[in-house]
Amino acid sequence: MTRTPKTRKTHRSLLQRYAAAPHIVWSVLFIIVPLIFVAYYAFTDGGSFTFSNIAAFFTKDYLVIFWKSVKLALIATLICLLLGYPIAYFITTCKPKTQRLLIVLLMLPMWMNFLIRTYALMTLLQDTGIINSLLSKIGLGPVHIIGTETAVVIGMVYDYLPYMILPIYSVMAKMDHRLIEAASDLGCNGFGVLRKVIFPLSVSGVISGVTMVFVPSISTFYISQKLGGVDTLLIGDVIEQHYTSSNYNMTASLSFVLMVILIVGLAIVNHYTDSDEGGGMMI
Amino acid sequence: MKTKLIELKNICKAFDGEQVLSNVDLYINDHEFITFLGPSGCGKTTTLRIIGGFETPDEGEVYFNGKMINDVPAYKRNVNTVFQRYALFPHLNVYDNIAFGLRVKKVKEQEIAERVAEMLELVNLKGFEKRDVSLLSGGQQQRVAIARALINQPEVLLLDEPLAALDLKLRKDMQVELKNIQSKTGITFIYVTHDQEEALSMSDTVVVMADGKIQQIGTPIDIYNEPINAFVADFIGESNILDGVMLKDYSVNFASHTFECLDKGFAQGEAVDVVVRPEDVDVVPVDKGMLSGIVTSVTFKGVHYEIIVDIDGFKWMIQSTDYVEPNAQIGVYIEPDAIHIMKKSEYSNMFGDYSTFSDEIEHLSDVTEGEEE
Repeated sequence: MTRTPKTRKTHRSLLQRYAAAPHIVWSVLFIIVPLIFVAYYAFTDGGSFTFSNIAAFFTKDYLVIFWKSVKLALIATLICLLLGYPIAYFITTCKPKTQRLLIVLLMLPMWMNFLIRTYALMTLLQDTGIINSLLSKIGLGPVHIIGTETAVVIGMVYDYLPYMILPIYSVMAKMDHRLIEAASDLGCNGFGVLRKVIFPLSVSGVISGVTMVFVPSISTFYISQKLGGVDTLLIGDVIEQHYTSSNYNMTASLSFVLMVILIVGLAIVNHYTDSDEGGGMMI
Repeated sequence: MKTKLIELKNICKAFDGEQVLSNVDLYINDHEFITFLGPSGCGKTTTLRIIGGFETPDEGEVYFNGKMINDVPAYKRNVNTVFQRYALFPHLNVYDNIAFGLRVKKVKEQEIAERVAEMLELVNLKGFEKRDVSLLSGGQQQRVAIARALINQPEVLLLDEPLAALDLKLRKDMQVELKNIQSKTGITFIYVTHDQEEALSMSDTVVVMADGKIQQIGTPIDIYNEPINAFVADFIGESNILDGVMLKDYSVNFASHTFECLDKGFAQGEAVDVVVRPEDVDVVPVDKGMLSGIVTSVTFKGVHYEIIVDIDGFKWMIQSTDYVEPNAQIGVYIEPDAIHIMKKSEYSNMFGDYSTFSDEIEHLSDVTEGEEE
């Protein structure tokens, strides 16, 4: 007892010193350096310093596209929240064995590449796809989905729903069941318990979930390309187009502005919620 | 005037096929301090949770003021609970925790402020309104939990091992304080504990439970002086429990000696369990003793010595203020009123001998008991 802490301490500081080293090297090479490149391209044009690339973001054409991206990402996030929150709550009320099974089922689609999943969804949603042929059989269709904003939102929800459920579930699973009993003991009915205890205590999970759905949704280009049409061009598509046409300055400036807007937005959200309570999967 | 407030009739409850309560019959009077006492797993907490509305009995009925409330959910019962380990809301401060119940009932904020202040006064937490509950000490959290329940002016307060997580000194103080709060408010307290001393010192009525059954209901004095079977005798205080034979009324034979006693009404020659409390055994010189034996150990306990004496192979515990030498031959003398006769039960011969007795073991089992349930 008396001797071990000493040896363990030196051991741990050695570990501490080197454990993070591989990640630091990785981060510098593939995150920090590229970010510097992004910033460099964003503020230059042919090597000379300029704000014109940045200013281009705030012109009407880009703002309209940006707003559409925000709108679709918000709708997708809201749908994920409305679907995911009750599911997460439902899972926590199951027996531990069932809970593990449901979580595995939830993660199962995530083991498949997201490009393949989106591609599969494209086939499903087509005018002659399975969904529409089923709908026409029961006399409700066919409904033209593919190529619309609806299809893009469906794609976002389909791809990112697990990222909403998992953080909410992990916060809820840690919640002391007696708090729920205490609330009903003090006169709360089922809805009151949810509103006054479960929801406030799971806010941190909701914030993580919202972040993890909203950020990839707003910057996606693949989903909108595969499931959307001409009028569902999102900011991610524009960035990708600039990149493929080798306009690196515009690619960088649009990415840069989008990134700054997201970071500021999330910082504000984090500031107004108790981030030290449970959850943990912040940005 | 005593009126029946709560009545349990033939309550049975099983979890995953395991019978937790069988045929529990019980009534609780208004303004009473009643304690469910028993080892962990005896069903005391389940009984409390059935009254609170957190469990529904498989069989039997729960009556509250004469009305059956089996299907009334917890939030509609005029009962509040002080939970084991408090279950305070971590997202609310002291004030908001205490105000919780009144806010649910949409009481005006001004009245809430007055009543919270009153409660904080009652539990000695004035000035703690804005504190974060997770930063309070165990004793303070305990007080918040009590205030949070009492502010709703329930007819009954349920307390589930409320002091189990506190250290000994604080536990003693809180026992006194709880008892004071109970007599001040006049609210019926239903208290669950595995600590027999706590039960004896606080309650008007003690319900001793074991294996999902009620063993005995009575005042603390009754329970201590007139235990109904070997389990109760062993669980409440220290007891020497011996096999005996009733020769006739007022005469019993045990430890190869015939004693005068105060009990009657048993069949002639009926096998019985005999209880002699360690403090009721007098140490005397060998020639004046009814029985004699060899002292095997002596432990100083502060107020008295705890002496283990081997009398014909049976280890007796004696508590005496006089010191005796280990290995000494001593005589013991037992007054007729120190002998208590009990009918044989399923618990006969399970307890009573102090040959395997050790303070250490008892201490360890106390600790683990606190962790369970």
